[in-house]
Amino acid sequence: MNNIIDLKNKDKAASSHTKKETLLEVINLKTHYPIKGGFFRRTISHVKAVDNVSFSVKKGETLGLVGESGCGKSTAGRTILKLLNPTAGKIMFDGEDITNLRGSKLRQRRKDFQMVFQDPYASLNPMQMVGDIITEPIHNYYPKKKSREIKQEVLELLNRVGLPDDAYYKYAHEFSGGQRQRIGIARALALKPKLIIADEPVSALDVSVQSQVLNLLNELQDDFDLTYLFIAHDLSVVKHMSDRIGIMYLGHIVEIADKHSIYKEPLHPYTQALISAVPEPDPKRKKQRIVLQGDVPSPENPPSGCPFHTRCPMAVDKCSTITPELKEVKPGHHAACILVD
Amino acid sequence: MKNMTDFPSQAPLLEVTGLETAFEIDGELYNAVDGVSFNVKPKQVLGVVGESGCGKSVMSLSIMQLLPKGIGKIRNGQITFNGQSLEKLDDKKMNKIRGKDIGMIFQEPMTSLNPVFTIGFQLAESLHNHFKLSKKEARGKVIELLDQVGISRPERVVDEYPHQLSGGMRQRVMIAMAIACKPKLLIADEPTTALDVTVQAQILELLQGLQETNDMAIILITHDLGVVAETCHEVLVMYAGEVVERADVVTLFENPKHPYTELLMRSIPRLDEEEEKLASIEGIVPSLKNMPRQGCKFVDRCPKAMEECRTITPRLSENLPGHEVRCLLYETSWNREGMSAK
Repeated sequence: MNNIIDLKNKDKAASSHTKKETLLEVINLKTHYPIKGGFFRRTISHVKAVDNVSFSVKKGETLGLVGESGCGKSTAGRTILKLLNPTAGKIMFDGEDITNLRGSKLRQRRKDFQMVFQDPYASLNPMQMVGDIITEPIHNYYPKKKSREIKQEVLELLNRVGLPDDAYYKYAHEFSGGQRQRIGIARALALKPKLIIADEPVSALDVSVQSQVLNLLNELQDDFDLTYLFIAHDLSVVKHMSDRIGIMYLGHIVEIADKHSIYKEPLHPYTQALISAVPEPDPKRKKQRIVLQGDVPSPENPPSGCPFHTRCPMAVDKCSTITPELKEVKPGHHAACILVD
Repeated sequence: MKNMTDFPSQAPLLEVTGLETAFEIDGELYNAVDGVSFNVKPKQVLGVVGESGCGKSVMSLSIMQLLPKGIGKIRNGQITFNGQSLEKLDDKKMNKIRGKDIGMIFQEPMTSLNPVFTIGFQLAESLHNHFKLSKKEARGKVIELLDQVGISRPERVVDEYPHQLSGGMRQRVMIAMAIACKPKLLIADEPTTALDVTVQAQILELLQGLQETNDMAIILITHDLGVVAETCHEVLVMYAGEVVERADVVTLFENPKHPYTELLMRSIPRLDEEEEKLASIEGIVPSLKNMPRQGCKFVDRCPKAMEECRTITPRLSENLPGHEVRCLLYETSWNREGMSAK
């Protein structure tokens, strides 16, 4: 009896996800951008934006990807959506290999994974009414659906994300940033996807509006049974939203674990520095800040060995030659550092 | 550096009283900064917090006399810096203060540097203007400055163009430019907003170091409460062009009084705490044209709003020594009879 209640009670707790099915699995994913140059614009080298990234996301779970700009987190998100073609590796979605899907097969699969974009000002067509923006994906996939039905659905979606009915006939420019992001979310929900990839959904918003959108995303996850891949640079936001967190640096995942372990006992020196750099809104706390020197190296010409060794405060000689593998250090806690064992 | 020592005996370096800055919209003037008063003492770090559109940047532009000509203007109020009334100075005299005694760091390191001049040229400009240094002397000084703000190999960077630098380095150049003449006051408008956290940590560390070595006061304008908690002595919370709360940093974070400040504090996710649901402030800041003319400007978004809030305009009053709040809930002088209905 207890079991039944447990199953019904859709708990977001991290402990329960181990039993759930895997929705998305990414295995050794690589996305390299060619750099063209020279007389015939030949490919002269590659930017290794995503290099050997592996992770999996369980149904109903939120996986956060954090890292500084240029670490490849957005490229990873876009590759999973197949907006970019992976250079190597495998993407498994709901038990199916979608790495090489093309054409109509990919199109059919795409309705199960949608994206919420970063910039609510650039991601909505200024020439379309909000109603049309949300109608379009439904109409695309279900051309035989009656327009009255579709309109009903769209109005329900608008209300669900907190917009009034008359938003249907308005244009994107009539809304504030937070409201636009709600429109973007409604559009992503229109096809009842299983997975939503949210790429910096709140970084363009003010703090007070940011919390509204984060709360909305959390409510929708319960209502629509959604799985999120939440990409952001703000560690506190990602921790608030996610069950597990992957930390990316120069195209690699350097550490991945559930959010409590990441925050309480970060193993990788980069994670430690990242956490210590977040300013805490508590003036009394004296924090030991680890200030990293220099900038992130160019992904075109990444350092040999461990990608972080050039800025790592704990680097030893071996770090420049041995490339560390992402190893399971504790149950469910993986880190890529030769010093961690 | 963030010791809680007060600055009681010192005369203020900058004194702003009743500042009103207006913008002209359709032939009418609307106040973007509406009666703001505050002091900055030497070596003090003052934080100014608020959402976009609350007037914090317009306030800093007013102090610098950099408002767009013909659109924005100071209607009322005094800005006294070091005994001089800035709002009465003409451009020529103001130019002598701007950059020399008051430095400013602008928000966007990507767009605030001129792309067609070298870093060295842009940095030497203010040195040349204010100190009449020769080219060679200025170059030496520029290299020294770049080194001071933590740029490695400054002798090469001095001949590079802005596009060759990363965001963090450009922001360092902006800081070097602002501190080139050792200003007594630095106005930093969102100096770290466009940067990654690890770079932000570097820049904040740098600003704190400079504040100590150069004995500089800083007005730090930001929306990041974490940054405020880590760097400021005193904080102004602004909403819709007005100061709604002013207190020293510890008091403000431990005991926020104004409903707006309180909500702002609870709406940010925190690393050290678990929260199921974040507080949110419904709605948005009303636009200048739709600003309530009477009563509290926060009334439509305030969870604690009362009937009186629509009619009685709250004043910024001292709730506890050194802690000012603009809210009827804490005002004692207004007619309390209305409260009995509550």
